[in-house]
Amino acid sequence: MPDPVLRATDLHKTYRSGLLSRGGGVRAVAGVDLELHAGETLGIVGESGCGKSTLARMLVGLERPDQGEVTFQGKPFFTRAGVPRDIRRRVQMVFQDPLTSLNPRMTVHDIVAEPLRVHRLSPDARAMRDRVGELLSLVGLSPDRMNRFPHEFSGGQRQRIGIARALATDPDVIVCDEPVSALDMSVQAQVVNLFAELQRTLGVALVFIAHDLAVVRHVSHRVAVMYLGRVAETGPAAEVYQAPAHPYTKALLSAAPVPKPALRGRSRIMLAGDPPSPVAPPPGCRFHTRCWKAAERCSQEEPVLEAVGEHFAACHFADRAAAQLPSNDR
Amino acid sequence: MSEPPVLEIRDLHVTFTAHGREVPAVRGVDLTIERGQTLALLGESGSGKSVTAKAVMGLLDQPNVRVRCETARLGGRDLLTMAPDERRALRGSAMTLVFQDALSALNPVLSIGDQIGELYRVHQRLSRRQARERSIEMLNLVGIPAPAKRIDDYPHQFSGGMRQRILVAMAVALEPDLIIADEPTTALDVTVQAQILELIDRLRQELGTAVLLITHDLGVAAEVSDRVSVMYAGRIVESGQVDELYDLPAHPYTAALLAAIPDLDSPASELRAIPGAPPSPSEVPPGCSFAPRCERASEVCTTTRPPLTLLPAGTGRHTACHHSEEMLNA
Repeated sequence: MPDPVLRATDLHKTYRSGLLSRGGGVRAVAGVDLELHAGETLGIVGESGCGKSTLARMLVGLERPDQGEVTFQGKPFFTRAGVPRDIRRRVQMVFQDPLTSLNPRMTVHDIVAEPLRVHRLSPDARAMRDRVGELLSLVGLSPDRMNRFPHEFSGGQRQRIGIARALATDPDVIVCDEPVSALDMSVQAQVVNLFAELQRTLGVALVFIAHDLAVVRHVSHRVAVMYLGRVAETGPAAEVYQAPAHPYTKALLSAAPVPKPALRGRSRIMLAGDPPSPVAPPPGCRFHTRCWKAAERCSQEEPVLEAVGEHFAACHFADRAAAQLPSNDR
Repeated sequence: MSEPPVLEIRDLHVTFTAHGREVPAVRGVDLTIERGQTLALLGESGSGKSVTAKAVMGLLDQPNVRVRCETARLGGRDLLTMAPDERRALRGSAMTLVFQDALSALNPVLSIGDQIGELYRVHQRLSRRQARERSIEMLNLVGIPAPAKRIDDYPHQFSGGMRQRILVAMAVALEPDLIIADEPTTALDVTVQAQILELIDRLRQELGTAVLLITHDLGVAAEVSDRVSVMYAGRIVESGQVDELYDLPAHPYTAALLAAIPDLDSPASELRAIPGAPPSPSEVPPGCSFAPRCERASEVCTTTRPPLTLLPAGTGRHTACHHSEEMLNA
């Protein structure tokens, strides 16, 4: 297997809150390893507070990890002088909310041209204009609207502008943090299809973060399921979705509402309570407080990712969990 | 029929006036909900579904809003001829509203015991002690652990899922005829969402309350509703029994929505995206509002607006489409 384009090793990030830092701050990400290969999509799913956005910010170098390292084609991200410029150029980001991530006082041309300007990728103004026009057509927007402002566009079109900006520097990797969550359902599919098409034509690798399981399943080659700052299960998307080994993945898949009335009343795993706070994650396995398989051992020993078939799960009872369905339906 | 429906709304219009311009947000909506039934009002942002809910509750008494309605009856009482005071007494007792964002719907400086107790004190003139006892019972009913201990806690001391449970407790406290739930689970995580939907459904069965569920999520609507009304650009374009509507949609918009969302079980390579974006409420096209985005649109669709008509097939199915017969025979 070729070397991954992006590799994260043992990432940790804790946010300390100045005055009120009782208990040592929010442990947003606590030991995450990831690999992203050229041209593939890695989906990251998890509930709010599981650290997926913090992880995304570290993967593009917007946030410095407390511990651990991110490398791009083997070169480290975080050097003493900050993230090297050529790495910044080749790893780009698309944000969740297209309205707050686009400057309302800049025209679409200026927004999309900014990375070209910062990285000195266009020799003159005309070349820059041509390139912006090209990028806009690439994401399905008409180039003659480049002198307009973001508020003149609909939600889906704004997200296209954000994608055009991310594509401007010809990146190898785009990290997308909930790129379709703010969009209306009739528009979501357009943007999801756009990502798939861009990957086919440009060969760009994507990290696709979302809480919608079906969307992640649709776009990803591999997925990682996160729970409270750690990866609970990871592997090829088809495997993880069809044969989930971690009880949390099972619960998540079973809780997702399905648009098929015929499937109502199917046996579902109902987890008790909410996810615990990342300020004080439970000891041992972080999921043991809500897990129906939890035993003594789970509250003491933290499970590590181990192979289950073709993929990996961090659960002491992963093997048995994969073999049988839980008995406490509903 | 022996019993009148819990809610009967005929030809509801809501028009906002902004900067001297009239914006029709709701343009002729009919709603009927029987006792113990859940009706899902499904639509995208700007389709007018939340405005409909607020109009039914009578929460749009503002100078820049005009609400017009032919019939509005709640359990046999005429809401139109009623004095404002009488109508206010019904709010919170005969019909209640569960909001999306529990943190902003609860008062942060009052304990939850005070907030639930207020309902009993205002509507039933109970004493402080009686109200407190009833509040503890309600918290117990919605599954808050150790309610007697937690009754004096403040909203910020509860997790998101718990806060939503408290809102549900307040909604069912006075055994209303109708609960309007406006995106009750949109702000929640998947595993918690399943818990809240189950709770609302359980209470509906136990108390025989009618539920109007406002949602944008096709999955959520499929999981809990008996009937579904699909809204687009201020109008209901299709309504019917949940299974019939999902199995064989009679309106191209419903069909397109169902085709545009990824399926967990059978991931396709490409989603069938709907072109364009929903129209802004101030610029709704003449004829059928969906015509510009519809693959079946013909000449007549752009000029004549199709009325909502009863279909011969199905149980009380209505659709507003010139091509509904083709849709059903396709």
